[in-house]
Amino acid sequence: MKKRYTLLWLIPLILAISLIPIITHSVIYRETVFLILMYITLAVSLNIILGYTGYVSFGHVVFFGIGGYTSFYLMHKFGIHLIFAMIMGGVVSAIIALIVGEAVLKLRGAFFAIATIGINEAIKSLVTNLSWLGGATGMFFNFKIYKTYGGAAKAIWFAYCLMVIVTIVSLVTSYFIKNSKFGYGLFAIREDEDAAIVLGVNAKRFKSIAYAISAFFPGLVGAIFFFKAGNIEPEDAFHLVKSIEMIFMVMLGGFGTISGPPIGAILYERLKGILLVNPLFKNLHMAITGLILLIIILFAPGGIVGTLRNRFKKIRSLLE
Amino acid sequence: MILELQSVTKKFGGLVAVDNVSFKVKKQEIFGIIGPNGAGKTTLFNVISGVYYPDGGKIFFNNKEITNTECYRRTRLGIASTHQIVKPLNELTVLENIMVGACFGKKSATLKQSVSIAEEIVDVVGLTEKKEVLAGKLNVPEKKRLELARALASEPDIILLDEVLAGLNPAEADEMLKVIQKIRESGITILMIEHLMHAIMKLSDRIIVLDYGAKIAEGTPEEIANDPKVIEAYLGDPDLALKLIKSKENSL
Amino acid sequence: MYAWIAALINGILVGLVYGLAAIGLNLIWGVMKVINLSHGAFIALGMFCAYFIFHFAGINPFLAVILILIVGLILGMISYFIVLHRVLDAPELSTLLSTYSLSLIIIGLGTFIFTTNPRAIDIGLGSIGIGNIYIPITKILTGLFSILFTIVLYVFLYKTWTGKAIRAVSLNRAAAEFMGVNSTFILSLSFGIGVGLAMVAGCLIAAIFPFTILSGAVYELKSFVICVLGGLGSPIGALVGGLILGLLENICALKIPVGYIPFIEFVILVIILLVKPTGLITKR
Repeated sequence: MKKRYTLLWLIPLILAISLIPIITHSVIYRETVFLILMYITLAVSLNIILGYTGYVSFGHVVFFGIGGYTSFYLMHKFGIHLIFAMIMGGVVSAIIALIVGEAVLKLRGAFFAIATIGINEAIKSLVTNLSWLGGATGMFFNFKIYKTYGGAAKAIWFAYCLMVIVTIVSLVTSYFIKNSKFGYGLFAIREDEDAAIVLGVNAKRFKSIAYAISAFFPGLVGAIFFFKAGNIEPEDAFHLVKSIEMIFMVMLGGFGTISGPPIGAILYERLKGILLVNPLFKNLHMAITGLILLIIILFAPGGIVGTLRNRFKKIRSLLE
Repeated sequence: MILELQSVTKKFGGLVAVDNVSFKVKKQEIFGIIGPNGAGKTTLFNVISGVYYPDGGKIFFNNKEITNTECYRRTRLGIASTHQIVKPLNELTVLENIMVGACFGKKSATLKQSVSIAEEIVDVVGLTEKKEVLAGKLNVPEKKRLELARALASEPDIILLDEVLAGLNPAEADEMLKVIQKIRESGITILMIEHLMHAIMKLSDRIIVLDYGAKIAEGTPEEIANDPKVIEAYLGDPDLALKLIKSKENSL
Repeated sequence: MYAWIAALINGILVGLVYGLAAIGLNLIWGVMKVINLSHGAFIALGMFCAYFIFHFAGINPFLAVILILIVGLILGMISYFIVLHRVLDAPELSTLLSTYSLSLIIIGLGTFIFTTNPRAIDIGLGSIGIGNIYIPITKILTGLFSILFTIVLYVFLYKTWTGKAIRAVSLNRAAAEFMGVNSTFILSLSFGIGVGLAMVAGCLIAAIFPFTILSGAVYELKSFVICVLGGLGSPIGALVGGLILGLLENICALKIPVGYIPFIEFVILVIILLVKPTGLITKR
């Protein structure tokens, strides 16, 4: 088996980035790093179904929204602690992925992609109509909720630390899948599902599990994100653009690799930051994102990591 | 009896691709399946490997019924197959392709074991120099050998070979024949479809002939070569009829 | 009773436009097996073309359609060579994302230039009244134009050499090439026609509904539902699918809260994809 050392530098790097706001006590840095970590987790989890298994989940944001709504409701109505609410958010996302996956994972290629968009839109409009979830305006926290965590300021730091942990766990999960028998089964499905089945891969079960894992982490992230925001509404929770951002990060970094999605996430957050600050580019950031994505697809489909990997064979074990 | 088919039928809409076919395969036998193009040979293989379920009839493997067993389970029970149209896992290396075979086949190897199995098998099929190459970059004969290697890696009881000789030059075909004989000597039963008449006549212990989905003959290569029904079936394909007659001359 | 008749007429008229909006998407899928995710962006572009032609040249959208069709055809053919030609045989992810990035570029530039302020074209042709039901003439005209364009497309696909070549390429590209069809040209032409029809639909929609640069996305999603209803790859299916959707929206609105309609639409989308991905009314 090929040895892979990706985590040896990736985890220290992420821990180092995460420590910057804690050491400097800077709220601005904290917000930036929080976003980076969130993007990393989203990209890494999408990569499990998109990059490893080859299924284009275009509406993946739906699991971010489901996790967000589940946990927000539990905290808002029953005052459940964030940690438990978050885990519930992840679990519910994963369960819904299992149920939905049972049906839509039969579809292949573009049909699967459209179906996932359909699912996201269906759930979004359902939530918009459910008054007990706040309808179109969503739900707002009573600020008393933050008291459990020692006030709003501390609650946000708490959420930040939780985000660091979730990010690390998602990366480790991605690493272990990539280096496991299960992972090889997924790659086989990605390359040729029919061949994989004939080779003895239980494609149906493997796909379902991969889909559930890739739904679990966005569920956790959604929980933390909306806890920190203090309110949740359908337009934010099920925003298709976030799905596209996830896909963009995975493609930019290099799909199917361990280090690609985090690298893509960090670069995307920085790119977005730079573009949004500059008054000229502020409104053009979507167009520029599109242009970069197009260039990647046309000329470097392996993304940054894929291209580096092919050029410098020696550092493969550090990147994959 | 390692494999037994009882009146297996498979239809696609109105077309009967496999029509009431029965036969038994003994352990460690090389069992050939021949027939004109479109006779339903590959469909028959797909029914045995579980890609399709039969519309009628029963299939037994090691005396257990597997008629409705899912495809991947049959592989785990010990039925491995190669594809007529090669299906390499393009973005995985040759070694990784074979590892997948070892991991999910009858052997159900751990990832670690699968590496050593793959290293061994890569030698058997002669792909040692290409083991780190992406499977998509191989040429067709190499991809055929990879198909065989993946199937072997699962350590099956029976292996279904669908035209593994097609498209190979005579030297490569001879090489492949040796590999097939080696496989049989290692105790694996072989079921093979082949268009190269002299090869299948030379290799097989027994042969069945399919025409329009139905079995029209069964027997040793000599019996088949002398069966008037077989010659008749091949008359639609003069080229093959000629080959058949030639192979008969050679075997005499 | 009047409410039902009004809903029926409205449903049919709006459904026809929906159908037209979906035909472009359907044609492109049929010919090159590509889901054109820039479809909505081109619909929006068509809306803005209609808007500016109306405001600066004073030409009303029903006369501007031909011009817009030509603009769309050219834009589409250029887009094909930039965005699709290189990745046409790559895995589906590539074409999905390359057309999506085109959409991001168009919508991004559009947002930059036009902002997301709502706009409308008011050509004020008045209404026709039957009993208590008043139907805006613009709506009737858009319905008629949708039928007209579908017929023209059909005649083109079935009666002209180029149209037959398009169908040949969609059935089997390699075989068509063997028969002397320049498949690259045909593919780019098909993409051009698909885009042109999307822009025409945008132009017609702009004549009856207010819009923003982001409105295209709504019609793109509806187009998915329609194509799946009518069968991906069949132009007539798109029109029928559009009618079904138009009627569904207008008639359901009488009985259930409007907010639930998108939910129903997308549940239908997913269910049909699962049960019969070739669509409900395809021959094959």
